[in-house]
Amino acid sequence: MEFSLWAQLPSVLPEIGLTTLAIVVLFADLYGSVVTRRNVVYISAAGMALLALVPLVWLPDPALYESGTLLWGGMVNYDPLSQIFKVMLLLAGAVTCLMAAGDKGVGDKGEFYLIVIVATLGGVMMSSASDLILVFVALETLSIPLYMLACFRRGDARSAEGGMKYFLYGAFASAIMLFGFSLLYGFTGTTNLGGIADALGVGAGDSIVGVMTALVMVVVGFGFKISAVPFHFWTPDVYEGAPTPVTAFVSVSSKAASFALLVRFLTAAFPVELVVGGVIIQDFWVNLLIVISIVSMTLGNVVALRQSNIKRLLAYSSIAQAGYTLIGVAALQGVDDSLAVASVSFYMFMYIFTNLLVFGGVILFIAATDTEEISDMAGLNRRSPWLALFITIGLLSLGGIPPAAGFFGKFFLFQAAVDANLVGLALIAVTNAIIALYYYLVIIKVMYVDAGPDDDKPIALPRAYAWSLGITAVVVILLGTIAVTPIYDWATLGAAGL
Amino acid sequence: MDGTGFSVLTAIIFIPIIAGVVILFLDRKNRDLVRGIGITAASAVLALSLAVFFGYDSFAKAEGGLISQQRALLESGADLSGAQMFADALAFEQRIVWVESLGIAYHVGVDGVSAPMVLLTGMVAVAGVLISWNIQDRLREFMAFFMFLVAGVYGVFIAVDLFMLFFFYELAIFPMYLLIAGWGWVKLREYAAMKLTLYILVGSVFALVGAVAMYFAAGAYFAGSGADVFQAALSSGLLPADSRAYSWNMTQLTLAAENGAFAIEILGIEGLSFARFWFPFMFMGFGVLAGVFPFHNWSPDGHVAAPTAVSMIHAGVLMKVGAFAALRAGVQLLPDGADTHLPWIVFLTLINVVYGALIAFRQRDFKYVIGFSSVSHMGLVSMGWATMNLTGMTGAGIQMFSHGAMTALFFGVVGMVYDRSHTRDIPSLGGFIKVMPWVGVAFVIGGLTSMGMPGLSGFIAEFPIFQGMWAASEQITLQLGGFQLSNYYGVMVVIAASGIVITAAYVLRVAGQVFFGEFDAERYHDVGNIDMTDRIVLIILGAPLIILGLYPPIMAPMIESGIRPLIALLGGG
Repeated sequence: MEFSLWAQLPSVLPEIGLTTLAIVVLFADLYGSVVTRRNVVYISAAGMALLALVPLVWLPDPALYESGTLLWGGMVNYDPLSQIFKVMLLLAGAVTCLMAAGDKGVGDKGEFYLIVIVATLGGVMMSSASDLILVFVALETLSIPLYMLACFRRGDARSAEGGMKYFLYGAFASAIMLFGFSLLYGFTGTTNLGGIADALGVGAGDSIVGVMTALVMVVVGFGFKISAVPFHFWTPDVYEGAPTPVTAFVSVSSKAASFALLVRFLTAAFPVELVVGGVIIQDFWVNLLIVISIVSMTLGNVVALRQSNIKRLLAYSSIAQAGYTLIGVAALQGVDDSLAVASVSFYMFMYIFTNLLVFGGVILFIAATDTEEISDMAGLNRRSPWLALFITIGLLSLGGIPPAAGFFGKFFLFQAAVDANLVGLALIAVTNAIIALYYYLVIIKVMYVDAGPDDDKPIALPRAYAWSLGITAVVVILLGTIAVTPIYDWATLGAAGL
Repeated sequence: MDGTGFSVLTAIIFIPIIAGVVILFLDRKNRDLVRGIGITAASAVLALSLAVFFGYDSFAKAEGGLISQQRALLESGADLSGAQMFADALAFEQRIVWVESLGIAYHVGVDGVSAPMVLLTGMVAVAGVLISWNIQDRLREFMAFFMFLVAGVYGVFIAVDLFMLFFFYELAIFPMYLLIAGWGWVKLREYAAMKLTLYILVGSVFALVGAVAMYFAAGAYFAGSGADVFQAALSSGLLPADSRAYSWNMTQLTLAAENGAFAIEILGIEGLSFARFWFPFMFMGFGVLAGVFPFHNWSPDGHVAAPTAVSMIHAGVLMKVGAFAALRAGVQLLPDGADTHLPWIVFLTLINVVYGALIAFRQRDFKYVIGFSSVSHMGLVSMGWATMNLTGMTGAGIQMFSHGAMTALFFGVVGMVYDRSHTRDIPSLGGFIKVMPWVGVAFVIGGLTSMGMPGLSGFIAEFPIFQGMWAASEQITLQLGGFQLSNYYGVMVVIAASGIVITAAYVLRVAGQVFFGEFDAERYHDVGNIDMTDRIVLIILGAPLIILGLYPPIMAPMIESGIRPLIALLGGG
């Protein structure tokens, strides 16, 4: 099938838009008037929010993705899975910009928004990439800006340390992953994901050890990006050290984009029917992911119990959340994957908003009080009832309590696990959910029940900020009640293109 | 059964939710408005609950009433399916598809077991708002969370969709946590609130995994070998026309259970069927909230630590939520498992009854006495379920209502005494009937109910449970490997009856000490009589005990009609 350039264009419209937006923001910040420079944040946020509409308006043609047709010379997938992740990444970028707006030393610098836009570009590319070259380019387009963001507060030693750690670990993980890619290329002679599967299927990589090594190396790279155990060591330090808006962004964007890619990579390059050297390769990666999932959630939750710093706690909680989401990836083993794919997509969709909500609240709390200790959140309900309410909704969603979105998110994951005959994994996951709920509830208790020394000092909630938090909170509630059906059905479609 | 119209039950759920949200947005200093909205919402749901309770039988679809219709069908000797009977017994149904691809629907309705529970919740909601009238600390938040709690509890009782049952079950837990942790007894509240929350959540999430497994097993059955059963149910109107093979509709899951979808062998172990494996998860998972031994430990601490209104709704209604959900999601959906497991679970309930009563007897703290008495009485409810016959289970259904009203009344009494005397230490109280005659009389009524005095609702509830135990004695045999235990229900009922004697002992001890003993006029010089709102609380909760005791037909046939489908499912006559 031949396509005109014009017909292929919608598939990369968000990427083109982001690049344009990055250039606009760069020049507006460099040469714009004072007023323009102050409005860079709104230009960036509005630009990304508008671009999020693109995948919703130009829907991919089912005939195209169901036949597995790739665009742009086999580089790009144009299917619902990529669309849903593009929407969530663009929205995450927009919300991050708004939340950073008032942050001193971060949000008042125009280049911050530029870097966020470029990182989002990387994530958006990742969610539709179908070729090893593009996968790696996209991954680095996302990662390098994130390293820069992590040490954005140059004068702050913790920020610099976090950024450096992130960079060193990240570069190392990228190198390992790249080595895995090169092995795959060496075995199969192709960089196309589907092509790799085809070549392996006809005996291109007869050495099962070699293929497994390559697979493990790729998983290491992904494990780093989603902060799964044992590749999580950077997470607490970076989360704690980086400026909080950056932490929020790192915790959602890089994770969501990596999960999109992980799902696609495993199903395209190592599909169900693939047998290499007499070994069903899928059993190997499913078991690998099950182990990583169990270890991630258990370690993340147990260590989170002992944290007194809110950002470190959220770091360990995000490790655990990566573990939960991996359940959905490990459940990708049936003939009909729609439950598993949908559960991962839905979980990431709700996780982005949930985490941004929590971090958005925490950003304001830290900015107002200059402390990151959970015990200092005592009496937050009296100091700023709205702020306390927003954080509470976010925490409830992380903990999986209805009517917040997390309940459905977890439910879909457990359901996918039971469907894939992973009942044991589901039981371990629910046990973990309880442990997690304990520390989320403790934070809520501190905010609502404990009395603090500064009870009479209200925390001001700037109007614009309150609106962005409020809308995020409403989205989290809607995703747990009436908006479940459309998003979940959309997420279910995602399996069609795999 | 289309259930497309608007149901009064929807109003019952959403009135408290809307009221709660509105209250959160009010000015915190406007206490009158907060209370006004709270009491208006609570009274409205009570009124609607009364309409549901009294309108249940004459609900439009049946001629001569749902209950008589069911009886007529039974007498005609027709071979009735449990799923069909369950669906026929549902009134005030409403169904809106929620997540179509997963067969999840917003689906509400009441049957004979849940209708009295709806009424009970309404009563306790009003009583709870009234007794919290003078809370000083953050009344606005208290009232809002209380409203959310009430809505969550209602949701569980009226859910016909299993997913919705879980949704509301979890929804109720969070406001309860905050209410206890924020407004409870300072010494104990944080510990007790967290302990209670974790106990209940652990139970419910294991049950949730079981429910997901049931969903897939039933779906696989209807999509495969049971396709003709599914089609027949669709064409007969038993299931809504837009049903899918995979569904959370409890009628559909019941149908699957009845047709042996859960009898499949799992894990490759001989004799271990799906139903047998998952029943303990479902029954005990919810049984945690009903205080089944050895998972009762959260309950006395939780009750004691909670503020009065929350103790009332907690012991009065939430423990019934647990018992009710164990019945619905456990016994009804996995009757094969019930046959296997209830014969040993009955031992646990016996421990509840006797051990709970013994510990209650030993307490010095007034509120702990009531807390442990709840453990003891809730044991009787589970024991009633374990009889697996009509008499015993009906008794357990009545006990849920009777104990709910009675224990809410007790906690109300304790709260009123404590608010004025500032102590709950039984030996240092005395003679309070002189200054608080209403409270004293209410306690005596509650106490007599609790020890099963004829003429009060406790007798109507407990007598059938014991009768059911005797009747079950001949039918139930417990297999322990090669060893068979039979006719032991009769022995257990004798031991259980001793619990009643112990109950009488501690009730009389407390009544004698607190209300009739020597009054310390010097120490309690400022203790006065109660005001109007408190009297209304006592009347709302006390009157039903007497009415039900004197005129059981007001409730017993209704509960019986709700139990009959279960009996059909359990294979009994």
